[in-house]
Amino acid sequence: MTIQQISVFVENKPGRMAAITAVLAAAGIDIRALSLADTNDFGILRMIVDKPQQAVECLKKANIAASLTEVIGLGITDKPGEFSKALEKLGAAGIDVEYMYAFIGRDAGKAFVILRVKEIERSLEILKAGGVTILDAKQVQSM
Amino acid sequence: MDKQATYYEPAYECASREVLHYMQSEALRRLVKANYEHVPLMRRRMDEMGLEPGDIESIDDIVKLPFTVKNDLRDTYPFGMFAVGKEDLVRIHASSGTTGKQTVVGYTAGDIHNWSRGAARAIVAAGGSKEDLIHISYGYGLFTGGMGLHYGAELLGATALPVSTGNTKRQVQILQDYQSDILCCTPSYALHIGETIRDMGIDAQTLKLRAGIFGAEPWSDQMRKEIEKLLAIKAYDIYGLSEIAGPGVASECYLQQGLHINEDLFYPEVIDPSTGEPLPDGVYGELVFTCIGKEALPLLRYRTRDICMLNHSTCECGRTLVRMSKPKGRTDDMLIIRGINVFPSQIESVLLELGLDPNYLIIVDRKNNLDTMEVQVELTDEMFSDTVRDMQSMKARIAAALQSTLNISAEIKLLEPKSLPRFEGKAVRVKDNRAF
Repeated sequence: MTIQQISVFVENKPGRMAAITAVLAAAGIDIRALSLADTNDFGILRMIVDKPQQAVECLKKANIAASLTEVIGLGITDKPGEFSKALEKLGAAGIDVEYMYAFIGRDAGKAFVILRVKEIERSLEILKAGGVTILDAKQVQSM
Repeated sequence: MDKQATYYEPAYECASREVLHYMQSEALRRLVKANYEHVPLMRRRMDEMGLEPGDIESIDDIVKLPFTVKNDLRDTYPFGMFAVGKEDLVRIHASSGTTGKQTVVGYTAGDIHNWSRGAARAIVAAGGSKEDLIHISYGYGLFTGGMGLHYGAELLGATALPVSTGNTKRQVQILQDYQSDILCCTPSYALHIGETIRDMGIDAQTLKLRAGIFGAEPWSDQMRKEIEKLLAIKAYDIYGLSEIAGPGVASECYLQQGLHINEDLFYPEVIDPSTGEPLPDGVYGELVFTCIGKEALPLLRYRTRDICMLNHSTCECGRTLVRMSKPKGRTDDMLIIRGINVFPSQIESVLLELGLDPNYLIIVDRKNNLDTMEVQVELTDEMFSDTVRDMQSMKARIAAALQSTLNISAEIKLLEPKSLPRFEGKAVRVKDNRAF
């Protein structure tokens, strides 16, 4: 049970983010969550959107490098220590987290975390066994 | 200064035009015979033109001979143009070719001697003598710069100091402690050394250094003034290319009105690059050399791609040797970056070998007086990854591949797909922001 994230290459120059979001807006794509990793000369924009496949196609047509990435969505009870528990389980199993980002949904009391790991299947098993809520694409869309 | 002391070999450097004509004609006849007998490519070309060695009687007949171009050296890579066997070779050097293959050049003992004579003449023309410590900060290795000046200094009986490039603070320390008299390096490195001296709080006037011999890349008069001010020296231009010998093919005298070509060893012509017709003095064209003083690689009418003009009038310094103007450009797209020849086509082959898109732009600049090269590469779907780590390691892989081919470091910048201009005619792959 994974979620499709869209990953987009952003050249470090004024107006690029605006151009990317404009393409998505024109295609009627809704952005649920996003995170930007930046380096000296480029960035990687990661987004959870309602229609990932369509989003990537539109971006490519606009000559923007984009791809789909499989990520894990976690639902965490919004109180101190809950997120830490989930991460401890992965750490104990020796699983590297490539990157992650969090957002707050419309449901009060719940926080959502997007995790990118290399060993997806094993991570899912460990998290499920540890009682962590795993979100599917539908649940993310309805947040 | 004693005028006699300003020449290394006055019998040649100040020979009358008649004597030069005689020497050049003798040497050319020998050279044509060697090519015809030992270089299959040149024999074929001469046969195709219906030429026999006997048809070349004097240097005036040189215009009848076929040209040689850099691609001939590539096509016969590595040793196919050599006119002597390995038992007669004593040294090999190499420079960048237009693609992955280098241009390989060989020398007999006699070739090294003649090349060293050219370099020794350059050192003397810059006011050097046996008494001097010649600080050589050109690179040593396959590049001809370091060893060219080194052997010239030793032949002269001066003291060669093979410091090579890099570690600029140590260079300054040596200039101070050993009291180097003459510095030899690329002009951009000379500027960098000068700035380092200033930044270290050292007064350049306190150094013993009095002259510099700089070459292997184009430089302006503005740059000359800057170097002379920073190092408190007189700066001299030297010209050479590995196909002909290396530094010492031509160099400036103290009057600095062109570079005297050692034409008893390297015979120059200037031609119209589109027709191949010889051009008179004072008209810019492509510089062509015939290696009349060489045995191992006796190139006939080699097209250098450098654009300059000749002046056969006798110089006030007393030298009769023809003068060439500073090269003012190239007929091809070769770049000279930190003294190293770089062809955009080499960069293209590296990108293609890595499976990348061959749409790229090379940005050359000069920062802190050192040449910099940035290669902008368009990202393709296959190259793109969602993790920064993968992207950085791809950049590092491109940089390492370029470094190993070009022998020069390049910054890699990734661009969005299709963001570079597309060309219908000749693509513009280079943006050179340096001022010459």
